[in-house]
Amino acid sequence: MDIQKLGFDTINLGHGSGGLMTRDLLDNIIFQTFDNPILDKKHDGAMVNFEGQIAISTDSFVVSPVFFKGGNIGELAVHGTVNDVAMCGAIPKYISLAFIIEEGLSLSEFITIVKSIKKAADESGVHIITGDTKVVEKGKGDKIFINTTGFGPLHPKANISTMCIREGDSIVLSGSVATHGMAIMSERQGLEFESDIVSDTTNLNYLVRDLLDAFGDQIHFLRDPTRGGLSGVLTEIVQDTGIGISIFEDRIPIEKQVAAACEILGLDPLYVANEGVFIAIVDKAIEASVIQFMQKDVKGANAVCIGEMTTAATGKVILNSRIGGKRIVSPLIGEQLPRIC
Amino acid sequence: MKYLSEYRNFEETKGYLKRIEETVTQTWKIMEVCGGQTHGLVKNGILDLLPDQVQMIHGPGCPVCVTPLNLIDKAVELLENDVIVCSFGDMIRVPGSKKSLLEAKAHGGDLRVLYSPLEAVNIAKENPHKEVVFFAVGFETTAPANALSVMQAQKEGVTNYSILVSHVLVPPAMEAILDDEFCNINAFLGAGHVCAIMGYKDYISLSEHYRIPIIITGFEPLDLVQGIYMAICQLESGQYKVENQYSRVVKEEGNVAALKVINEVFEIGNREWRGIGEIPNSGYVLTEAYRAYDAEFKFGIHRLHVAENPKCIAGEILKGIKKPHQCSEFGKHCNPSNPLGAPMVSSEGACAAYYHFSNNVITSK
Repeated sequence: MDIQKLGFDTINLGHGSGGLMTRDLLDNIIFQTFDNPILDKKHDGAMVNFEGQIAISTDSFVVSPVFFKGGNIGELAVHGTVNDVAMCGAIPKYISLAFIIEEGLSLSEFITIVKSIKKAADESGVHIITGDTKVVEKGKGDKIFINTTGFGPLHPKANISTMCIREGDSIVLSGSVATHGMAIMSERQGLEFESDIVSDTTNLNYLVRDLLDAFGDQIHFLRDPTRGGLSGVLTEIVQDTGIGISIFEDRIPIEKQVAAACEILGLDPLYVANEGVFIAIVDKAIEASVIQFMQKDVKGANAVCIGEMTTAATGKVILNSRIGGKRIVSPLIGEQLPRIC
Repeated sequence: MKYLSEYRNFEETKGYLKRIEETVTQTWKIMEVCGGQTHGLVKNGILDLLPDQVQMIHGPGCPVCVTPLNLIDKAVELLENDVIVCSFGDMIRVPGSKKSLLEAKAHGGDLRVLYSPLEAVNIAKENPHKEVVFFAVGFETTAPANALSVMQAQKEGVTNYSILVSHVLVPPAMEAILDDEFCNINAFLGAGHVCAIMGYKDYISLSEHYRIPIIITGFEPLDLVQGIYMAICQLESGQYKVENQYSRVVKEEGNVAALKVINEVFEIGNREWRGIGEIPNSGYVLTEAYRAYDAEFKFGIHRLHVAENPKCIAGEILKGIKKPHQCSEFGKHCNPSNPLGAPMVSSEGACAAYYHFSNNVITSK
């Protein structure tokens, strides 16, 4: 893509007007990048064939800053939705892509984001088949917001639901917590601190597919603990199932510098956002095999059992602290805020 | 993570818990002064591991909790008058008499959450046509950085920067607690990070005058149980003196460089404490030489005086007379999403610590 040939270097309100400028932007950037037979029909919507049940998930991405160590909003918008579909026990195939752009976004930044979307979609094996582009006035957005909706057929062996979770099930975590959230935090204005923390945003759909191939309905539940952190997912599970959860603080993997950054800002890593990790609640009998299986994949290399479903504390998440104490893990209220001292 | 992981050691912590159990022969009430210590006790589940005779009373050392309502209202008023207000994170959700800073932001106020007050000076430089105010909240711990921001602004000729000062001091609060007729505290765990700045000379006379053990204590599980053990040893043998458990960080003379900065910019003055009222000579105010950087003076907002919510018993909580779950509003009409008072907001507030980590179920001591 030659920016100079396009004849403009920033996106303005005209690019969202639906007129010639919009067509220019779509033809030269969007259609050219995401080229595929379904999208190429340039219809108002996409038409695809499916048999049987599909899973569908939608998500909006408003991350600030838009560019961060380890990625940008573009790949996040693909990974987030691909992973949400995968966590339903489905194979993501297609996604829609909608931009809300704040006027003044530089074309080069937009192209970088679009390229990241393309790369992430290719790596995840999904096609972008329909979309939308709107431009809002300066000050009414934050550079760019993206919405994606993804869908695909259910894995034939999958039966993922909180209804399947049983007392005694093991809770397996695929990797280190809080990495993505702290990567973003380290670049927020006013909180910047020097670190090499890199977001772990990635697609998890292949690892999930392989797990389902291997273990089928012995995998009872899957969820990626993004916003709200690990605590958010665990507290939702106990609310939905009425069963309790017991986890062990010293088993939860966290990168050294992520832990240090959390200490400095006074944040609890259990409440910090994640991207490239998920939890699998599995039959106790397959716990060791699942961990071994996951550890063979780079995206599950740090997989570990962090605890189990228990009726000892019905409807509550109990964390066993390093020193042998216990505390209840409650859901996050509002945004987690850095402490004064 | 040297000096952290060692102090989260299971065996060592268990060893001190055992020694506490072997030493204690009667009921003792020990106040941990700092909210960070309260947080550490509850977060690590230590309260339930202590013998029943050791009762921890949660002290006033949460800067967010003791910042009076009228100062939050002043910050909100600034925010509503086109001033860029910068604040530490956990201050922004504390309810004022009408709204919190976060709510004022939702109505269009330009609120910035910062980690360092020096960043606020940069924001002032980037916005020369706007006034920028840093909400300088905290105990002695945050005073050096806040003072430094004022010195930096003066050095660089930044005139659109000022601070809304709400600095309070720990020793006067301890005295106020000890002077309270309902006070039944037998020993203190002194606030480790405050003493890292100030040293602990002031505590020696306090300990002698009130005949009370004071153990300067850190924040990790091992620090806390070791501090408690040292207090129990003194109490059981009838001693009262200042001991320094947190010697890896705290020196008797404090941080000399930080003290110099504080003394340059601040002087001691009267301060109002949320829930406790005005305590003479209990806080910092800007000295005459730095008056131009005093937001209250600059914007003429001295007049605001508002009453606390009568249902909130923050005063009794902060003085250790009542525990959070002894409040009739706790967890009912007062919770972190709808707090009646500051102790339910800050992560260091005793009410929030009880709400988040124990839901008033595991911990009842």
